Amino acid sequence: MIHSLFIINPSGDVFMEKHWKSVISRSVCDYFFDHQRKASSPEDIPPVIATPHHYLISVYRSSMFFVAVCTTEVAPLFVVEFLHRVVDTFEDYFSECTESIIKEHYVVVYELLDEMLDNGFPLATESNILKELIKPPNILRTIANTVTGKSNVSSTLPSGQLSNIPWRRTGVKYTNNEAYFDMIEEVDAIIDKSGSTVCAEIQGYIDCCIKLSGMPDLSLSFVNPRLFDDVSFHPCVRFKRWESERVLSFIPPDGNFRLMSYHIGSQSIVAIPVYVRHSLCLRESGSGGRLDITLGPKQTLGRTIENVVLEIPMPKSVLNCGLVTNQGKYTFDPVSKLLVWEVGRIDVTKLPNIRGTVTNCHFSALYF
Amino acid sequence: MYAPGVNSSTTLSSSSSYNNDRPPSAEAVEVATDPASGGFFNSDYKKHDDLKQMLDSNKDNLKLEAMKRIIGMVAKGREASDLFPAVVKNVVSKNIEVKKLVYVYLVRYAEEQQDLALLSISTFQRALKDPNQLIRASALRVLSSIRVTMIVPIVMLAIKDAAADMSPYVRKTAAHAIPKLYSLDQDQKEELIQVLEKLLYDKTTLVVGSAVMAFEEVCPERIDLIHKNFRKLCSLLVDVDEWGQVVIINMLTRYARSQFTDPNLQDVDEDEESKRPFYEDENEVEEEQQEKRAPTLDPDHRLLLRSAKPLLQSRNAAVVLSVAQLYHHTAPRSEVHQVAKAMIRLLRSHREVQDIVLTSIAATATRRKVMFEPFLKSFFVRSSDATHIKLLKLEILTSLATESSVGIILRELQTYVAAHDPPFVAAAIQAIGRCASNIKEVTDTCLNGLVSLLSNKDQAVVAESVVVIKKLLQTQPSAHREIIIQMAKLVDSVTVPQARASILWLLGEYSERVPKIAPDVLRKMAKTFTSEEDIVKLQVMTLAVKLCLTNPKQTKLLCQYVLQLAKYDQNYDLRDRARFLRHIIFPADAESGGPTRLSKQAKKIFLAPKPAPVPESHFKDREQFQLGSLSHYINTKANGYQELPPFPLEAPDPKARDVETEPQVMEQAPLFTAKKVSSKKDSTFYSDTESPEDESEEDENSSDEDDDDDEEEEASSSDKDDDDNEDEESSGLEEKLPIKVVKSTAKPKSDEEEEEDESDEEDSSSESVSDSDSEDESSEPSSVPKKQVRNAKPAKESTPVAKPKSNLDLLLDLDDVSPAFTPIMTPSLGGFLTPMSTPSSQVKTQLFPDIQPASAVISPNTTSELLNKINSNGLEIKYRFTRSPHLYSPSMASAELTFHNHGPDELTDIRVGEKPTSGGVSIHDFAPIPSLSPGSSLMGTIGVDFADSTQPVNFEIKIGSDRTYPVALKVPVGEVIRAVAMSEELFLKQQGGLRGMNENTAKLSLTKPCTDLKSLTNKILTVANLGVIPNSDSSTLRFAAQTLSSKSTVLVSLLSSDNQNLTITVNCEKMVIGSMLITQLKACLAD
Repeated sequence: MIHSLFIINPSGDVFMEKHWKSVISRSVCDYFFDHQRKASSPEDIPPVIATPHHYLISVYRSSMFFVAVCTTEVAPLFVVEFLHRVVDTFEDYFSECTESIIKEHYVVVYELLDEMLDNGFPLATESNILKELIKPPNILRTIANTVTGKSNVSSTLPSGQLSNIPWRRTGVKYTNNEAYFDMIEEVDAIIDKSGSTVCAEIQGYIDCCIKLSGMPDLSLSFVNPRLFDDVSFHPCVRFKRWESERVLSFIPPDGNFRLMSYHIGSQSIVAIPVYVRHSLCLRESGSGGRLDITLGPKQTLGRTIENVVLEIPMPKSVLNCGLVTNQGKYTFDPVSKLLVWEVGRIDVTKLPNIRGTVTNCHFSALYF
Repeated sequence: MYAPGVNSSTTLSSSSSYNNDRPPSAEAVEVATDPASGGFFNSDYKKHDDLKQMLDSNKDNLKLEAMKRIIGMVAKGREASDLFPAVVKNVVSKNIEVKKLVYVYLVRYAEEQQDLALLSISTFQRALKDPNQLIRASALRVLSSIRVTMIVPIVMLAIKDAAADMSPYVRKTAAHAIPKLYSLDQDQKEELIQVLEKLLYDKTTLVVGSAVMAFEEVCPERIDLIHKNFRKLCSLLVDVDEWGQVVIINMLTRYARSQFTDPNLQDVDEDEESKRPFYEDENEVEEEQQEKRAPTLDPDHRLLLRSAKPLLQSRNAAVVLSVAQLYHHTAPRSEVHQVAKAMIRLLRSHREVQDIVLTSIAATATRRKVMFEPFLKSFFVRSSDATHIKLLKLEILTSLATESSVGIILRELQTYVAAHDPPFVAAAIQAIGRCASNIKEVTDTCLNGLVSLLSNKDQAVVAESVVVIKKLLQTQPSAHREIIIQMAKLVDSVTVPQARASILWLLGEYSERVPKIAPDVLRKMAKTFTSEEDIVKLQVMTLAVKLCLTNPKQTKLLCQYVLQLAKYDQNYDLRDRARFLRHIIFPADAESGGPTRLSKQAKKIFLAPKPAPVPESHFKDREQFQLGSLSHYINTKANGYQELPPFPLEAPDPKARDVETEPQVMEQAPLFTAKKVSSKKDSTFYSDTESPEDESEEDENSSDEDDDDDEEEEASSSDKDDDDNEDEESSGLEEKLPIKVVKSTAKPKSDEEEEEDESDEEDSSSESVSDSDSEDESSEPSSVPKKQVRNAKPAKESTPVAKPKSNLDLLLDLDDVSPAFTPIMTPSLGGFLTPMSTPSSQVKTQLFPDIQPASAVISPNTTSELLNKINSNGLEIKYRFTRSPHLYSPSMASAELTFHNHGPDELTDIRVGEKPTSGGVSIHDFAPIPSLSPGSSLMGTIGVDFADSTQPVNFEIKIGSDRTYPVALKVPVGEVIRAVAMSEELFLKQQGGLRGMNENTAKLSLTKPCTDLKSLTNKILTVANLGVIPNSDSSTLRFAAQTLSSKSTVLVSLLSSDNQNLTITVNCEKMVIGSMLITQLKACLAD
């Protein structure tokens, strides 16, 4: 399965490597660098690269590449999912996952990688179990360990490892028992030139932060569960119960986790809360262009829309923008060519508007 | 030069003589920045001295510090092997963290320092006997990871011991150790397989995943080891950890392909036609089919598919895709589409996941178009997608294009051509070309569109279009003289060599259509010949030769000139080609004797009609690989890839999978554990057996019934069954006394003995039963009367009774769990609150699993007035039916309301007032509109359940507090139905069932004759929300729909005897709807 892992930073340095079987020279990464050079952006590097003797499967997260090396047939998605799980675990442990954080906690990272895979096959990937095996670093514990000489590593097997609910650790105690649920919904829509919706889909998530003592068994029911068209669950959710009565029944893991995600496909109608009216002309007189964008609410069910941010990727030829807004602020990044307009709240009486000129570089100038 | 390095000091006091060599301040800085730095450029052989000293000290925290730094070096890939002796000593350390780090180091370097590594072995051997299971397991892990051939016998012994360990965690580690040892010494295979066989029999979810993984790595060819475990693996599948699930499903796919017959063998399908060469003639085929329809799937095959299905809901994309590939490779054709939705969901995941899933979909879509057709819009390209994702989506869109959907797709492709991403634009143009050649109806439209792209500003777009047009023209060159002329003009402006070459080839091929232009172009090209790219030069020569043959008078000299130029070209290919052409065309040059045989045939050689290229998906040839595998992705056979065997023609003996009554025990293993914690055992138990798994097709009933019977058997809980099980287990497990005592106090001893006899009897009888309803899976009852009673009782009515069934084996495992052991409850089971109701609603919706709701092809633009502005003092409301299912209830038709305020005043609080309550009609309100300022308009959506009638629905619109207006929402009959998709066979079958009163027929003659029936499709679809049924016969058109409320089927077929006269047939259970629909259709077709 997974033979080795190399973590590579954006400048192309392999700053960490881990081998679960015999050692593979890091020169294997040269194949990866070849592809990196060819790709126009890090996103364009193919996730699977076949080299004469090895297969490199990589994911790109927080501007680092995690490159797994395999030597034999393996389901590529298996490796990709696992690598993402590794990054998720790091984020869970260190609250973020950057190059400097990994370098700072290299011992914990190395111990984690050692626990997560055995001989290239996943062993313990549940964050609750890992946290019992290797305590996440925090300042208090670091001080305590220095004084008492104790370590971050536990000497007993987490009991969760053996039970059928490996995701929850035992002996959890809180003085305040609380549970938080976040519903996050993303609408993805393609809207054509004339403003009509070509397709729209909703992707929703329920994220939880559960701090309950003991072994709680929770059920969560919905007013109109029929809306959930296609769902996927955390392993703690009982499938059968959902199938039969559309109730989520589960023993939650301790801490933060994603309980379920659902998808409402393009076959259903999806109401988009805002509309954008735009007129954009890049080359009008000489090198200048004009831009005029108005935002308005649409099918809001009487609620106000807040925290609206508009991002417009501009073509490469645009040099700068001189715009005036009647609400909010705008910024234009000349490197990434991204125009960001932070609108805030939409007021129905005075619709937010941004207008002004765009400076283009001369195309003809390029030829000389 | 000395580079300050590793030898930091921090609190280290004992640095003795070494510290005197250099100023200590320099290192302190270095160490502070990066604890693992240094040492790399250090040429001093004493470089790691301070680390060694720290390791030798007797303070744990110093050792730990040293180990941390060493691990830092290992992590960065720096050489740290010279520390080996110092580190390996610490393997005996009491500090668990030091120990762990030493293990990590040891595993990394043992291979290089084999002799020294042996020093540590005795420590591991001792640790293998430790009472703490974690220590036992980690000792085995490290021991097996040390790749030193000398210790193979020791590891072998350790694995054997661990495989029989009490702790499942240690057994899991043993399973992991098997492939490690195998890779170290292949000679151990036979012995390892024996251990593996034992581990495969394990019943704990923790172990089976790893055991199957080891099986795949060591002996994937020993499929016989799986037989006895097959049913257990299926039933445990849901509870295994996600990584194990992937491995198990992949293995079982291969297993299914080798053990079960092809479920699609009997289906008539043009794709599969070739797979049935042994049938002799058509009649026989049909007879065979009639016969074979009934027997269908092996119950075990069904069990596998059913146990894998819930995993489509997994959060792990790898699990979902592995279930998808299981269905793709082994499921009956009618069931494969179930996985499509879950695959579409994965498209919202990370970029890498998207890429791999799209590749799989692209490959599947070439064979199973229908499966992804409803999700067409999910493949529309977003500007934020990475380029390779965009290309994959384009690939899928073109594969999915059909006559009905090509319109939408072409409109999308048109937008893509204007994108900023050159490779993507090129691919979009090619996609248009593929659509054009695959779907004859749109060829002309596409060609016109492509021609208009020729005047695009972007060179790359023009060039790509030229190449695509060239391919298209080859299919039908006759009518397109103008296009060729236009292309010829482009030679002056286009610079992209590929495009220039394409134009030249076209001119040469069809020179007789443009006799004036071609020689002129050749003249121009001859002028610029030397400065052209190689690929263009080759085509110039081809053009010259072809013209020379058709029009020698004008072009012979030119041709000679071009060949002369090519003769002295730098490229040897060109020189070669020139020489070869010259000898065919101008043989006289070489020998003075007249034309050779070749040159006489020159015209036939060069101007032979060439077959048009068939644009095909390059994903088509991936079919040979297992979907979702690495080999499938890279489209070459990867190392260690296991071929999927073709289905056997004759299924191997299913008896091989029989395990005497044992599978039943396994199935209840998780059950029982759940009971341990719950007080209401019965409900937990019941939820598991009531698998609400749909399946209502005739052919599946057989297997379902079997299960029902099993369940029933358990549910009705003839105490006897339970006792049987108990006996079997307890008899083998005498040592488990504590539990045994508890159990046996529950009932008299004599009874138990009696049962024991009976159970023996049962075992023998179960062997002999071949295909009675109660399968080998359950213990076959010996007494006949009892069985009858059981069969008479309907499965669904059986009352749940607490069942004190025990699984002592599992208890055995749990016994040695550490004291803080957690309640065990599996997610697949319902827990104690699971209801016992039968999922009747599901049964209903799945009545015809082949009928799938389809999205409306056309959404009509006709709006009608709901409220007049004069009646209401300014408020005008218009409505339009959108044909999309309403979110609130699938039986509602959704109508889009447009509110427009014509009046001078602002209108506030517009909402629905009184609603009808009778007759099953219901309304789901539009969201109340708080205010509507004068002159503005707003949209809203209302859902109306018309209860399958076309009576207008009357309700009230309220404005403000006092104004109320009664309105009536009229619905055309075409909107109370919803389009569905089904196969042609099913259509005919359904139509057969709806004859007589339910059939309405009308004849009419068209005012102007239509050449193609398909052109009528749009007309019909505008009037009614119907789904087009794919159809082989060109003289008929078929549509299907369901009424919204009662889901009665509506079937429409159109038959034309000649081009003028049409027969329309509408079959519908609801006679009123049928007759209204036919009137409507007649009206629309007549004008």
